[in-house]
Amino acid sequence: MGLSFYIYERSKLGGVIGGGLQLFFSYFKDLVGREVTVELKNDLAIRGTLHSVDQYLNIKLENTRVVDQDKYPHMLSVRNCFIRGSVVRYVQLPPEAVDIELLHDATRREARGG
Amino acid sequence: MASEEESAVKEPLDLIRLSLDERIYVKLRSDRELRGKLHAYDQHLNMILGDVEEVITTVEIDDETYEEILRSTKRTIPFLFVRGDGVILVSPPLRTA
Repeated sequence: MGLSFYIYERSKLGGVIGGGLQLFFSYFKDLVGREVTVELKNDLAIRGTLHSVDQYLNIKLENTRVVDQDKYPHMLSVRNCFIRGSVVRYVQLPPEAVDIELLHDATRREARGG
Repeated sequence: MASEEESAVKEPLDLIRLSLDERIYVKLRSDRELRGKLHAYDQHLNMILGDVEEVITTVEIDDETYEEILRSTKRTIPFLFVRGDGVILVSPPLRTA
């Protein structure tokens, strides 16, 4: 199931769920199960397996570890976490999960729709 | 040459659409700057960039002279999703005539 499927779903449901465009929601749903590094606005970087994502780009990670454990020892025991979308600064993506052509197409479609 | 509809800049986001697949400069909050190839964006300015170079600029005050010392830290990231709420400005690639 690819990005195009989710964009189709979006166009089908767009009116119902507020007409929001959701390129990145679809993209992150395709990324479920992959290892990502999420960098927060407070500079904490957490690496883990993407468990799920929602329309706000809230993220749930599993098997997490903090990248700089010496600086954040209080995070040592955190193995699963929910991250509020608004505190995310970056998500480092695995290169094998980036299909550039698909992203370009989806972006152009999104730009037309918006 | 692209069709007129494809290349016309009618609203600000059109400028970013025309930068797809080009290297752009992004200025972010907390004194961060990115340079990378734009692969995807949306209306919030969420973006996916490739071959990213991030520069973080910090100001340190010299203990004795109280001079401000600018220090920049660089790192590269292959693929990066950037959340749009941190974006201050996006600049298309410099076109050399």
